[in-house]
Amino acid sequence: MATTQTAVSTRGRLFVRPTWTRGIGSWLTTVDHKRLGILYIVSAFIFMGAAATEAFIMRLQLLTPNMNVVNPDQFNQLFTMHGVTMVFLAIMPLGIGLANYFVPLQIGARDLAFPRLNAFGYWVYAFGGLMIYTSWFLGGAPDMGWVAYAPLTSLSHNPGLGVDFYMFGLFISGIGTTGTAMNLIVTIVSMRAPGMTMMRVPVFAWMMLITSFMIIFAFPPLTIAFLEIILDRTFGTLFFVQEAGALPILWQHLFWFFGHPEVYIIILPAFGVISEIIPTFSRKPLFGYPIMILSGILIGFMGFAVWTHHMFTTGLGPVVNTAFSLTSFVIGIPTGVKIFNWLGTLWGGSIRFTTPLLYALAFLVTFTLGGITGIMVAMPTFDAQVHDTYFVVAHFHYVMGGGALMAFFGALYYWFPKMTGKMMSERLGKIAWVFTVLGFHLLFFPQHLAGMLGMPRRIQTYPEGIGLELVNMLSTIGSWVMGVGLILILAGVIHAFLRGKPAGKDPWDARTLEWTTSSPPAYYDFPVQPVVNSLDPLWVEKHPGAMGGVTAPDPESGKAYDAHGIHIPGQSWFPFVAALALAIGCYGLMYDNIIFAIICGLAFIFCIFGWAYEGVGGTHLHLDLAEEGQ
Amino acid sequence: MSDIRHTRYQSPLAPVRFYLLLAIPLLRSVLHLLTDSGAKTLRNAPIQDPKEGIVPMRWLRRVLPVAVLAPLLTSCSLQGMQSMFSPAGSIAQEQLDLFMWTWYLSIPVMIGVFGAMFYVLVRYRRRKGDPEPEQSHGKPAVEVILTVVPVLIIVMVAIPTVRSIFRTQSHVVATSDDIQVNVIGHQWWWQFEYPDLGITTANELHVPVGKRVILHLNSADVVHAFWVPRLAGKVDLIPNQNNQLWFDTNEDSIGIYPGQCAELCLGAHAYMRFRVVVSAQDDFDSWTAEFQKPVVQTVASDPLVTQGRQLVANKGCIGCHNIGNYAEGVTYGQPQFPDLTNFGLRNTVGAGVLDATPENVAKWIADPQSVKPGNRMPTLWAANDPKRDQEAAAIAAYLLSLGVADTNQALAHASTGGN
Repeated sequence: MATTQTAVSTRGRLFVRPTWTRGIGSWLTTVDHKRLGILYIVSAFIFMGAAATEAFIMRLQLLTPNMNVVNPDQFNQLFTMHGVTMVFLAIMPLGIGLANYFVPLQIGARDLAFPRLNAFGYWVYAFGGLMIYTSWFLGGAPDMGWVAYAPLTSLSHNPGLGVDFYMFGLFISGIGTTGTAMNLIVTIVSMRAPGMTMMRVPVFAWMMLITSFMIIFAFPPLTIAFLEIILDRTFGTLFFVQEAGALPILWQHLFWFFGHPEVYIIILPAFGVISEIIPTFSRKPLFGYPIMILSGILIGFMGFAVWTHHMFTTGLGPVVNTAFSLTSFVIGIPTGVKIFNWLGTLWGGSIRFTTPLLYALAFLVTFTLGGITGIMVAMPTFDAQVHDTYFVVAHFHYVMGGGALMAFFGALYYWFPKMTGKMMSERLGKIAWVFTVLGFHLLFFPQHLAGMLGMPRRIQTYPEGIGLELVNMLSTIGSWVMGVGLILILAGVIHAFLRGKPAGKDPWDARTLEWTTSSPPAYYDFPVQPVVNSLDPLWVEKHPGAMGGVTAPDPESGKAYDAHGIHIPGQSWFPFVAALALAIGCYGLMYDNIIFAIICGLAFIFCIFGWAYEGVGGTHLHLDLAEEGQ
Repeated sequence: MSDIRHTRYQSPLAPVRFYLLLAIPLLRSVLHLLTDSGAKTLRNAPIQDPKEGIVPMRWLRRVLPVAVLAPLLTSCSLQGMQSMFSPAGSIAQEQLDLFMWTWYLSIPVMIGVFGAMFYVLVRYRRRKGDPEPEQSHGKPAVEVILTVVPVLIIVMVAIPTVRSIFRTQSHVVATSDDIQVNVIGHQWWWQFEYPDLGITTANELHVPVGKRVILHLNSADVVHAFWVPRLAGKVDLIPNQNNQLWFDTNEDSIGIYPGQCAELCLGAHAYMRFRVVVSAQDDFDSWTAEFQKPVVQTVASDPLVTQGRQLVANKGCIGCHNIGNYAEGVTYGQPQFPDLTNFGLRNTVGAGVLDATPENVAKWIADPQSVKPGNRMPTLWAANDPKRDQEAAAIAAYLLSLGVADTNQALAHASTGGN
């Protein structure tokens, strides 16, 4: 039987669903989780480049006391955009992008459950991010810090449009994030390969499941807070107008009720990545898999019970501070357990020092240090000193930069061969690692001392003679070293595209399902539905009987599940156009052109209906395995 | 500053130094091994002058440990004017104590985790002919122990933490012996009101040594944070909310303690600084008396001061700023701008940005934006106005004479007080 594709239905009522396979149109209308994953990852790295540039300018301004590289207003915009970009547009989307690409592959699913919702999620994220960046050219970026404390956001204190760009941009990209989270939950819960019980789901997919649940609980309070500010600024309500007697402290509760879970939304995917890399390169299963999952769930729950540790200095009183201090300590326990279990995985293994493993080790070191300072800032008595100082800046960069980002760099090196079919240069990767890791510690370690010596954060200059010169100079030099490392990582990517050796299916001798498909995977992912009967299916296939006597199931059994062929969902314009209408409509609201905003809103509603009624689309694919060379 | 109280903590790196001192012989022997084997290779290699190769090695062997360790061992003095390592009151001391306890506790944790990691990476690195590792999913007993260890550490941190929270952050009820001050944050300066003493001043908090000080914090516009690291840590000033911060000072802590706003308030946030002046009870009483005595109009001996007094009115200064010395019983200006009564007693100008010398005060009045970008002082003269420098100097002379018997005394005061 030759490979055939039978169209399911083309009964498009408005448009015929597009079927391009190459060219720009195919990317704009794609619903393929792999393409959307790549779009997420590439966009996230582009935004990260912008955020890193902002950071370099700030570090240059702080090289010595009383520098004049930028003025205070520009400095405020730089650190606000740096924070917003890194948190909302770079690191979190990086995790979501990796999940998009690898969760279906890891659990043996064909795609995410709702491919068009997935596309919509990406496009609102991309347009929301771009919208925030257009503010640089439209009167100035937001300047009130990424936490946007009320009443700095009220019209009387901040009449510029920067705040509006922040609110609208993050508001709509939050919609996309929430949709994608629901999508991932449904996918992981209901679309796993036959035989893959929940306790056989790879840790990365598990962590994404927990992350997704956290997203759908954490984003609503943030969205409400954004909406209240938007109403205040656009329609004159008084939610946070302190002249009218509002209590600005409420913003902090709403923001941090999102903000602290957000930290774990960022770090749990990183935990997942580390839990994939370390077993692969020590040739052992993950130590204590059930405890790792359980501690992830515990972190997910506890993440919602610690938010006021960001508010220890707001005068909540000793009882509240004690309660939230203790919950914050408790969250250190599952985190500590995770670190011990990664060490336990390495213990007794056969460790191969590849670039991904080196990043995982860098993650372990920096994250442990960040965890120790985390316990310190969770003590309200000590936090009364270091809150809002460079000590805290150092702490969360150790967790988010040296933690999450290092893990994602590891993921890049680890999964790049799968995504492109090309190997990245190990030598170049290791050189880049040395610069990145050394630069990172030189950049951020002295900042602990800066904070304790009396340097608040978010200041564009500091006085001479109070002992801050040396630490700041070291820190700025560190930013240059780390910058070289980042450029070398980029060079590594380019080098791999130009000269990379072909990767083959399983270049790392790995353990999970994504390594059983070709590199890069064909558009249909798996030629035959995989069937699973153990935690590390690929390892069992390669070493029958090695893991407690388990042998892999007969690969032919997968064919039984493919009787109807592989369903390839049809492409669609609607997610892209709907996201575009939403984004452009926000400009209408910002510039007080209500008519224009209403038109865009109607266009958005039209797209949602079009999306619902455009027909099933797609094809059923019947592969001729011999013909496909499988 | 000479009056920093030297606590028993000279440096938080002291334990590191101790461990490093232990490690020096070890490091030296490792280096010795490395360099000797290097030297042997060189000796065996067919090179013309073996000394050329060996000498740098020997040099390296001697210099490297010193070069690496010397900065660590000698440099790190963490005392400073705004450093939490130089506490001068019981609250700041308690905050530092808690940090030191956690820091000592974290050293064995780091040694344990990083030591285990180092051991694992060396011991289990892949070598040729390694057997396939045992596919172990974990050992329940080990996992239980590994869960108990963090729990124990957390308990060891939690107990002193909770105790210190209630000691330092509990709401206190003022007694007649306490100094009470209303602190109101403004973009970008500090208003200090002593309700019991009837004093309103700006950017300089005067307190008598040894007394408990209770601050009632509020904000006139956005969120600020009152942070004076050596005395009290910080508490936020939030609009429409009353917060309390209290601290006391050690008996030997007479001196000047800088602080600054720690919560982003846009504009000149980086320059929103202040000083806490801890003085002997007598000095504090005479400072208070200066505010409470009636204003006596005298003809100043210095014509510059007389000119300055006229300019303060003509240039509109008293449209915004109250100057209690200007005339008896009249309040000028508006409350959202700093009160300049008895300005001659101040140590700084521009919310702690410059020392209050006549030159600095004149510079500040002439062109405030160049000193403190983003602040709300209007620029009163065009940049090329020939009268600018002279008039600014006159206003400065007048302001510095306020609260001081004559201008010369004001000068003397400013030159000693600024640090």
